Amino acid sequence: MEVTVTINGQAVSADVEARTLLVHYIRDTAGLTGTNVGCDTSSCGACTVHLNGEAVKSCTMLAVQADGQDVTTIEGLAPSADEMHPMQEAFMQCHALQCGYCTPGMVMASVSLLDENPNPSEAEVREGLEGNLCRCTGYHNIVKAVLTASGATEGMPA
Amino acid sequence: MIPVAFDYQRADSAEAALAALAEHGDEAKLLAGGHSLLPMMKLRLAYPTVLVDIGRLNDLSYVRDGGDHVAIGALTRHRDIEIDPMIAEHAPLLARATANVGDPQVRHRGTLGGSLAHADAAADHPSALLALGGSVVVRSADAERVIDAGDLFTGFLESALEPTEMITEIRIPKHTGAGWSFQKFNRRAQDWAIVGVSAQQVNGHAQVALVNMHPTPVRATAVEEALANGASAADAAALAAEGMEPSSDLNASVEYRQHLARVLVGRALTDAGIA
Repeated sequence: MEVTVTINGQAVSADVEARTLLVHYIRDTAGLTGTNVGCDTSSCGACTVHLNGEAVKSCTMLAVQADGQDVTTIEGLAPSADEMHPMQEAFMQCHALQCGYCTPGMVMASVSLLDENPNPSEAEVREGLEGNLCRCTGYHNIVKAVLTASGATEGMPA
Repeated sequence: MIPVAFDYQRADSAEAALAALAEHGDEAKLLAGGHSLLPMMKLRLAYPTVLVDIGRLNDLSYVRDGGDHVAIGALTRHRDIEIDPMIAEHAPLLARATANVGDPQVRHRGTLGGSLAHADAAADHPSALLALGGSVVVRSADAERVIDAGDLFTGFLESALEPTEMITEIRIPKHTGAGWSFQKFNRRAQDWAIVGVSAQQVNGHAQVALVNMHPTPVRATAVEEALANGASAADAAALAAEGMEPSSDLNASVEYRQHLARVLVGRALTDAGIA
């Protein structure tokens, strides 16, 4: 069936099976491979994208559910080719990644978190990222990056 | 993992969805947020031949003042329930249970009606509905009926819904200012409860329901009856596992679940101010 999804501001149309998952539509149809497949069971959050501005797990949505909707992936976050989104900048500054596999989903979840709660406490950041797993960092620098992006880093241990 | 192929139909009204159910019966499933159904379809534990997408029926997403109750549209997403001021005022137990469902991504998609129709004893919402004494409005192509929470959950992942019916509204009696508690014990933040408890004070007595302690979501009737007969909270909590048939799995043995139920009911009664 014909599915059209606006991904990062560009309409992408394709004839796909109804059972096509959104994450496969993003990676295989639109060719945007920044969004990763991790657990494929809605646990790890590596596939997190924004649907109409809210973080969702694209392995647990059909592409057809996003038909006519707006999707933003990690590729669409930065304002321009030579400028990073403040959350990406904060992840880089705080060394909030090691292998990087969880990072696209982690960044997308973090942006959504600050949209809903612009001044979170450290505990709120940790809880707000409960849907994203990182096996490298121990989360500490990720939490620090989100707090940095929110403008509240006072009191955070180095 | 990709589900078995199916015919996809997008319903543009509740009537259209109900007509599709009337035509296809138990071959069809409704797709709302999809956060219970799609994982089951990907694991091939469910393989409906027709999927009726009701995810765009925005007129079934609302929170309204129903007088003595709060009326919640079946397609209201968890996130919207979590932050709704009317629910916070009149049924804070529901808001807290909802905030414990999955993770933010899941709560952006999952719906209250979908969660209740899934009838999972390990889910948070059914226990809250039971403790709050809520009900669901259920429609088919030619009829409407109201099912009390106590009659909704009939077996393991089974509800009183007919294959041709859908939940359209959830009704929660107002419990403004009354004591309540939601307790959830799990090992990782986003997990289902190993055991959970919803407790609500209602006109001076206690309504207590358990998560993951029985094949169905269930009221802790032994606890409630003991309290009604004047038992202390501690003595009543000791009866939390009475009549329950919890399962044993990787997370917990039967005995451990029974222990958790007693401890968590005790905490819930104290937290809810039930002596």
